[in-house]
Amino acid sequence: MTVRKWAVILSMVFFSSVGDAFLARGMKSAPSIDVHHVMDVLSVMANPFVIFGIFSLLAFMYSYMTALSFADLSYVLPASAISYVFMVLLSIFWLHEHVGRQRWLGVAFIVVGVGFVARGPVRTENASKKEPVAETVEERR
Amino acid sequence: MRTAYTWACILMTVVAAGAGDVLLAFAMRRIGDLGELRRQHGPGVVAGRLLSSGTLYAGVFFMAIAFFTNLIGLSWGDLSIVGPASAALTFIANAVAAKFLLRENVDHRRWLATLFVCCGVLLLTSS
Repeated sequence: MTVRKWAVILSMVFFSSVGDAFLARGMKSAPSIDVHHVMDVLSVMANPFVIFGIFSLLAFMYSYMTALSFADLSYVLPASAISYVFMVLLSIFWLHEHVGRQRWLGVAFIVVGVGFVARGPVRTENASKKEPVAETVEERR
Repeated sequence: MRTAYTWACILMTVVAAGAGDVLLAFAMRRIGDLGELRRQHGPGVVAGRLLSSGTLYAGVFFMAIAFFTNLIGLSWGDLSIVGPASAALTFIANAVAAKFLLRENVDHRRWLATLFVCCGVLLLTSS
């Protein structure tokens, strides 16, 4: 895989983790939202953390689409799970949350899982030879 | 009854998220490598292809449904059940959908990766 493609996967992981962390920070600093006044959620849209979080998640969406344009879905999803690890690190160093043993075990499982998929090909040969079911259905119409 | 509603929401989230991811992956496969397209034809062509893809809009629509059913599920059930269950089941549903709908070669390495990530997410989000 080229450096550019790795950079796309890493940017996906980065923007997803940063976006979630900024949203969490913004929502924590906002007053709690009552179930009967759900529209109050719009008031948090003026919060700079929430705004930055939304822009980060939009950047994640573009990176995700770019990654899917050159790699399989069954490669991109497990590979992007490394963002959970970044989120744990952000929650420790930025949000000052406590991370227990169970979470560290979860991080270890994710790292091993990402290690499995990262060593394989990004796009399988079979996928390009066989027609996807959705495409076959579209052509029949 | 509330438990049944919660699990119905989890199931709907998993199905909608899976449909969204599969449609998005299918649309991006047809559009082609965005990096190559940008280099060869410029950013205008990339934007044009993205904005004219109906499958892409359908994918985003299903992702939005998954987002809202997840929120509804969270309002009915505990975060410790809804969060891990929907995240882990979505990973498995996507691997199955990638194999049978997108015809990707999901080999033993990718199944193992999916299972390990699933267990990791369960441990992380249920703690």
